[in-house]
This record gives sequence, structure tokens and C-alpha cells, in this order.
Amino acid sequence: MKTIMKYVVADLIRNKVIVVYAIILAVLSFSLLSIDENPAKGLLSLLNVTLLFVPLISILFATIYYFNSIEFIELLLAQPVRRNKVLLAEYAGLTISLSLAYLLGVGLPVMIISPNLAAITLLLSGFLLTLIFTAIALLIFVLFKDKTKGIGAAIAAAMFFTLLFDGLLLIFIYSFNEYPIDKAVLGITAFNPVDLARILMLLQLDVAVLMGYSGALFKKFLGTGTGSVYVVICMLFWVLLPLLLSVRVFRKKDL
Amino acid sequence: MPRLIITILFIFFAYNGNAKTIVVRADKANAIKNALAYCTDGDTVSIEKGLYKEQDILVSKRITILGKDYPVIDGVKKGQLIVVVRDSVIISGLQLQNTGRSSMTDMAAIRLQNVKSVSVINNKLVNNTYGVYLQNSHYCLVYKNTIRADAQDELNSGNGIHAWKSTHLLLQSNNISGHRDGIYFEFVTDSRILNNTSTENIRYGLHFMFSHKDVYTRNSFINNGSGVAVMYSKQVEMYYNTFRHNWGDASYAILLKEIADSKIEHNLFDKNTVGIYMEGTSRIQVLYNEFVENGWAMRVQSSCDNNVFEKNNFLSNSFDVATNGTMMLNTFNNNYWDKYDGYDLDKNKVGDVPYYPVSMYSVVTERVPTAMILYRSFLTDIMNRVEKVMPSIVPDKLKDDNPLMKSLKLR
Repeated sequence: MKTIMKYVVADLIRNKVIVVYAIILAVLSFSLLSIDENPAKGLLSLLNVTLLFVPLISILFATIYYFNSIEFIELLLAQPVRRNKVLLAEYAGLTISLSLAYLLGVGLPVMIISPNLAAITLLLSGFLLTLIFTAIALLIFVLFKDKTKGIGAAIAAAMFFTLLFDGLLLIFIYSFNEYPIDKAVLGITAFNPVDLARILMLLQLDVAVLMGYSGALFKKFLGTGTGSVYVVICMLFWVLLPLLLSVRVFRKKDL
Repeated sequence: MPRLIITILFIFFAYNGNAKTIVVRADKANAIKNALAYCTDGDTVSIEKGLYKEQDILVSKRITILGKDYPVIDGVKKGQLIVVVRDSVIISGLQLQNTGRSSMTDMAAIRLQNVKSVSVINNKLVNNTYGVYLQNSHYCLVYKNTIRADAQDELNSGNGIHAWKSTHLLLQSNNISGHRDGIYFEFVTDSRILNNTSTENIRYGLHFMFSHKDVYTRNSFINNGSGVAVMYSKQVEMYYNTFRHNWGDASYAILLKEIADSKIEHNLFDKNTVGIYMEGTSRIQVLYNEFVENGWAMRVQSSCDNNVFEKNNFLSNSFDVATNGTMMLNTFNNNYWDKYDGYDLDKNKVGDVPYYPVSMYSVVTERVPTAMILYRSFLTDIMNRVEKVMPSIVPDKLKDDNPLMKSLKLR
């Protein structure tokens, strides 16, 4: 498994897309953090970048990469290696390079300009988002045979999680406004990793109070350490579930 | 001529000779009380440095009480410390600590009861239930006192400076912290509050009700549980005050309820959950204020009318204005809004298109507070942008027709 991972990582670095991704993130972070004298605001803008670009780029790039390396995978499977090992090695190699790119691109500027707990949370949420969306890409790869359909699904998934989900949530909140839905809303956010990442980050900033203003439950739940722990656990589930599911599908898949 | 001078000197000395100075030392029990029993009007009681464990010291003569190097009067958690019932008393240079706590009487370090022209100057008040308690008193001065306590909850604590049914007070340069309310006014009129600092009180930095014609200038209210509350008053004027970091889920820099004909000018609102909360207010002038990094710069309920908001700076607030209805009988004009993205073609430094300070998302959260969970998500950004192009949900009467292109220099 290690050997396969090494090959994947080497291939990706030779590819240079990952390097460009890291450089773009670094330039963005440096400029956003130095525009405003208040680093907390720079972090909030970086959060927006993280929430929009990391899911989109991770899922698109990963899907395309998986589909492109299908010959390589088939070649490997002709050898005496187990299927799930090949698949997980592919995933691990890709995730390692993408998250390295993110952690270097955003992490270096952030750690130089404003090293604090909020910055670490930002990196953590970006890192988790990378893990999650490459895992979803893997699931898309094993579910679809056709590359075009796969990429379409990847775009749809990214759009769903970054935009559509919140719209639906808002409609839900609006229509069941008369009922005590605070708990339900908290539960529903667990179904969207992007929302989870956003909440995780907001909890580390002063603006969390604004959320508390709207309801005692948000304050009680999100205001304490439990809120953060809950969010991180939910996000870890978001990594594990697609992975397990894709391994399962892939084991029986007719290649 | 020399004879006249001698006569004047003679009269002066004769008069001065009548007034004694009594020196009190902490060597006997009830030293202060004994001295007070002995002195007469016009005397000075000079208290030497030391620890005096006395309670309920009744000052019923027109005297001056001076402390040397802050002698400590300790109430050992029983009773009140000094009760003044005579006009023109001066109390200065004492350290008063540890009053009792009671649910029957408000235990105060210094209580002024039905008096006039009493001065409380330069004292240190530590760990008292109430600090200075003015009750039906007039023309009194409370100056340069440090009032400190560490109140834990609202029920078992009192206020730093508590004034009730008084007129013409001057509270100046006091430093108050850790009480229930820093300064509390009820039925107090024609008074001035200058240059005080009120911090870390568990409820309000300043709390006043039914108090008309009062002026508040250059005070700082920092980090109080709920900021400042002003209720049921008329002709209140607030100038050059600083409201900073009143941050919590029920905190306001100023809460205005049923206020009329007042002025709020040149104040700074920095990092408060809500800068100004208004409910049922009329004819208030909000001019030349700066709102920086607040959650909501203002929440103007639709029960407010004829208020004028002009020449204010709104910088980096999460929400500029929130309101709970569509009716708006107030005027916003000539403010600087950092979120304004209009243009100024005729270069008169005033934007050519109106600014709508209430964002769409702010309307949504006002109707459905739960929607706050979507704070800073993409969807809300997009909603705000769309609404800016085609306003349909935001209250269309709440707008600034002449938004400024550049921020005002207010400080």
C-alpha cells in the first residue's frame, strides 16, 4: 500500500496542478490577511475562500484524477494486491498531496501573520474538508463508469453542499418557524460538511455571540467545548462513511 | 487702613477659632463615633491611618471628615458604614469596606439621607453592597471615588452609586467596577455624570429610569454584563461617551426604552453585540456617533418615531441596522456606511443612490432567529447581493438618501 501511495504522490507532484493550487492559496491568503489590519477579519475572508474553493477543487480534481488513473488501477489489480488496498492507497495519496497543498498554501501565511487558535481551527476545517471531498469523489468514481457523468456528479455534489443545501435549510426553517426547530436545525447541519466547517470556525471567533443571540440552545450547545467536539466528530463521520461505502462498492464492482 | 486689616484678620481668626479639628486614632473602640458625639457644627474630624471596625456611623452635624492616608473603616459585614443626615457634610480620603448584606435595607458604605450640598470626595470603597447611596438628596457631589466590589449575582448585590429621588447631583471622575449596576438613577433630575468609568458590572454600567434632564458626558462603559439601560426618561443628553465591549447574548451598548426628546452625540460604540437598541423612543437625535465592529450597530424597533440619525460612521459592523417591521418613521440621512457601494457621479461627496442599511439576511433573522445558523454562509451573501440589486423584502422606507462617500472625522 505504501508503495502505491508513494507512486500516486510522486505522480501528483510531477503533475504540477497541486503546486499551482498551493501557490494560488498562498497568494490569496497573504493578500487577504494583509489587506485588513484586523487579522480576525482576514481569517473570516479566508474562511469564505476555504468554504467555496476547497470543496469544489478537491472534489473536481479528485474525480478527474481517479478517472484518469483507471488504467493504472486496472494494471495494479492484475497483480496479487487486494482491491480495497489499491483504492485506499489511491485515496490516501491524493488526500496527502491535496491537504499538504492546503496546509502549506493557507497554513504558512496564517501561521506567520496571526498564529492563534482561530487560525488552527481554520486549518483544521480546511483539512477536514479536503479529506471529506476527496472521499466523496472516490465514492463518485466507484459509482459511475462514465467519466463525464462522474464529473457532472462531482460538480452537482459540490454545488449541493456549498449552496443548495443551505437554501433548502432556509426553506425548512422558514416553513417550520412556528415549531421548536432549534434542535432539528442543529441535527440537519450535520448532513452538510461545509456548514459544519463554517460553524466550527465561527465558534472560535467573537461573532459566535451573534448566533447565541438567536436562541438559547445555540448558545448552550455551540458556546461550549461540546459544540466543537460534536462538529469535528460529525466531520470525521463524513470522511469515514464515503470511504467505507466506496470500498464496499468497489469490492464487487465489475471493472 | 492697617486698622481695617487687623479688624478683618481678627474677625477671621475669631471665626476660625470656633471650629476645632479633632484628631481620631484607632486606639479605642468606637473612636469615630465618640469623636462625632463630641464635635459641633463646622468642626473637622481628621482620622489617622488605621483600622476602625465601626458600623452605622451617624453624621448629624455639619462637619468635614478627612482621612489621612486612607484610614480603613471596616463594617465586618454588619450594617452600614456612614449615614449622613445633615447638610453640607464633606467626606474625603477614607477607605470604606465590607458593609453587611441584607434583604431588608440597602446596606451602603456612604448613605446620604434627605440632605443638601454634601460632598463625597476621593474615597476608596471596597467590597460594599452599595457604594454611595443618595436618597432624596440635592446638590450633592460625588467626585474621584474608586468603588470596587466583586458581585457574583444580581440578587445579592447592590449598585456602585445609587441615587433615588434626587436632583442636581454631580458625579464626576469616579471609577466603578464589579457591582450590580455601576451607576443607578431612579427619579433623579437635572444631574450631570461626567468622566466616570464603569466597568465589569454584572448588570448595567449605567441604569436609569424616570430620570429627566440629565447629562452624561465623557464616561466610559466597558465590559458590563448588559451595557447601559435608559428607560422612561425625557431630555437626556449623552455626549462623548465610550461604550466598549459589552459583548454577550443579551448585551447592548445602550438600551433605550420609552425615551423622548434626547440627544446622543459624539459617542463611540465599539465591539458591542448591539450598539443602540431602541424601543418606543421618540424625537431622539443620534448625531456624530461612531459605530465600529458591533454585531448590530442599531436595532430600531418599529415602535420608534421621529428619531433622526445623521452624520454617523458605521464601520465593520456585522449588521448595520435591524428592525422588526416594515414601518419606519425615522430619518436616516448623511451617514457614512462602509458597506455602501453606490457611486458619486457629480463628485459632491454624497452618494447618488440611496443606501438601505437593513440587509435582507438581517430581515430574515429578525423574522426567524433560527436562520442565524446560516450566518456567513454563501447563500446569505448571495441573498444580500440580489436584494441590493432589486430590493423587495427589506423595508424600503428605511434608507439613507444621502449616504456619504467618505467617513467622517469624528475623533
